[in-house]
Amino acid sequence: MTAIDELFQRLKGSGKKAFMPFITAGDPNMTFTSKVLQRLETLGCSMAEVGFPYSDPIADGPVIQASYTRALGNKLKLQQIFDQIQSDRSERKMPLVAMVSYAIIHRQGQEGFIQAAKQAGFSGVIVPDLLVEESQTMSQLCRKHDFNLIQLVTPTTPPERALRIAEASSGFLYFVSVTGITGERTELPADLVDRVGWIKERTSLPICIGFGISKPEHVKLLAPVCDGLIVGSAIVRCLEKAGESQEQALASAEHLIASLLAALEPAKG
Amino acid sequence: MSTIDSTAPKIVDPKSPSSNPTTSASMQVPDASGRFGDFGGRYVPETLTRALEELVEEYQKARKDPDFQAELDELLHRFVGRPSPLYHAKRLSGLLGGAQIWLKREDLNHTGAHKINNTLGQALLTLRMKKTRVIAETGAGQHGVASATACAHFGLPCVVYMGAEDVRRQKPNVFSMRLMGAEVRPVESGSKTLRDAVNEAMRDWMSSVEHTHYIIGSVIGPHPFPQMVRDFQSVIGKECREQCLTSLGRLPDAIVACVGGGSNAAGMFYPFVQDTSVRLIGVEAGGRGQQSGEHASPLTYGSPGVLHGSYSYVMQDNDGQTSDVHSISAGLDYPGVGPEHSYWKDTKRVEYTSCRDDEAIESFDLLARNEGILTALETCHALAKAAQIAKTMTRDQHLVICLSGRGDKDAAELARLRGQEW
Ligand SMILES: Cc1ncc(COP(=O)(O)O)c(C=O)c1O
Repeated sequence: MTAIDELFQRLKGSGKKAFMPFITAGDPNMTFTSKVLQRLETLGCSMAEVGFPYSDPIADGPVIQASYTRALGNKLKLQQIFDQIQSDRSERKMPLVAMVSYAIIHRQGQEGFIQAAKQAGFSGVIVPDLLVEESQTMSQLCRKHDFNLIQLVTPTTPPERALRIAEASSGFLYFVSVTGITGERTELPADLVDRVGWIKERTSLPICIGFGISKPEHVKLLAPVCDGLIVGSAIVRCLEKAGESQEQALASAEHLIASLLAALEPAKG
Repeated sequence: MSTIDSTAPKIVDPKSPSSNPTTSASMQVPDASGRFGDFGGRYVPETLTRALEELVEEYQKARKDPDFQAELDELLHRFVGRPSPLYHAKRLSGLLGGAQIWLKREDLNHTGAHKINNTLGQALLTLRMKKTRVIAETGAGQHGVASATACAHFGLPCVVYMGAEDVRRQKPNVFSMRLMGAEVRPVESGSKTLRDAVNEAMRDWMSSVEHTHYIIGSVIGPHPFPQMVRDFQSVIGKECREQCLTSLGRLPDAIVACVGGGSNAAGMFYPFVQDTSVRLIGVEAGGRGQQSGEHASPLTYGSPGVLHGSYSYVMQDNDGQTSDVHSISAGLDYPGVGPEHSYWKDTKRVEYTSCRDDEAIESFDLLARNEGILTALETCHALAKAAQIAKTMTRDQHLVICLSGRGDKDAAELARLRGQEW
């Protein structure tokens, strides 16, 4: 059982929903990333997703793409991410999920990557370009190392396939809200709530919704039908000026997160 | 300074290529999951899966549909001008004093390169899938022009992503695309070249996939693109094989083609894979030198990794980040290569080598002055290596060059590179 599994068990008992910010590792450096993670925990975030910058991301919109470019432009290396996450490990209770492109994992070797990530303190990994068909080995290795492989379902996924993906996934199921790339949306698809509800009835795995979520209204709408919400671009955009003023960047991210967390509260029921 | 404890995970050394050249190359590739040996596959976000599955299905149906093949053949004949000639470059052969040199004239196709063979096929599939919009990426602009042409022909709206640096160095093609009604979107991210154009096209497709088809311009990308583009381009090799049998009474001794993503080479080589007496030579962009960042030769200097949806040789660093590459030729300035080429490299069916910028530029004159043919800078890479190889062969041997494209588009850039006035 991973820290993510434990988190969702706890939340289930109390009827609460998870709130998961996504931040980019090393934007603009790992010291700042470490500071942001500490604040997220203090604010009451259940868990955080740490994006590993990649040179050629296909599923990411301009905001996250630019954050990857800044981090890599500052010569961020994989080992630095692991080292920093590991050194903060004892002070952190909040589970961490790594969001990593398969090119990076392949280069380290699947098992080598899982071991390094787990030892650093990650509890699971999301590999946005590893389809269920290609994920068997990774899946087995994750099970062997008690590490979660979180898989994604999207609006273009046919129903039977969505169930197959849910079966192969562990930790939680990542429900992508929109057909498209990451980035804030004003409106979310009208049938989103129904589609999440459909799969919710058919799997025991917790379901978290991500992509496009950026406003308290989104949170209020979606929280009742899922187990957690993931917010990326909106937060990364708040943090993008950290190179100029870290405090200002943090303050604006905190402000946003506080408003989203407040919107999540009534969902306690 | 560091608070890192000694148990901090250390990253293992990147794996060296797991080449396993014990098997010989088969033509029965890829398998159902899109694998050419270990290479290929499909590494894309889930959002694209349904469209790729639909494409596999439609393509398999089309292949078995005589009407589809007849319509494509008719277009290739009357619209493109196929078959393209196999031309004996006698003056050049005499000058080099080695093998007889033959040119497979893809430059004489409508739009001036091999790219149109693929775009017409994929545009027909777009209509069959009832999709209403086309996107494409382009480097040299030849695939962009070929896509714009196919779309104008069928009345489909077309958006072409092109790196801003390539927009600059391939101006004439940008103009042609716009004349045919395509929208050219310059890409300002990254190195502003072909790789970034593919990224942008993929991102567009992530949002538009339900009504848009992405016409990938080379044998790269997720399954089924590497197979499908190879098949559409195989008309080059099929014709060439027959033309050799007719003109020479036998197969050639060697065939040389340039390799960017690898589509003209794949289309030329594939029908000869089982003819083991024929040497097949792929030429990558050697740029300014062997140092990483100075060239675009993943098969020569790279290692297996993942880029743009498939597993193949790629230029990457120890973390798996794609490395920057350089080539004077926009169409070869790409850090990856089609998975079937990786398969042919590891099975040793095809020899891969690379040609420097200066050698390519110099070889432009070989065909211009001696044969009256202006050659695309991409193709000049094949030409330069072919000239070297021909000299090591005898006069009764035959070497074919895949003359993938014409050089008009490069005249201004060539003048600039040579410090001449334009
Ligand atoms: C004339 C010509 N040859 C070759 C290439 C390289 O592509 P490929 O390796 O897919 O044939 C290009 C690409 O733009 C081209 O325009």
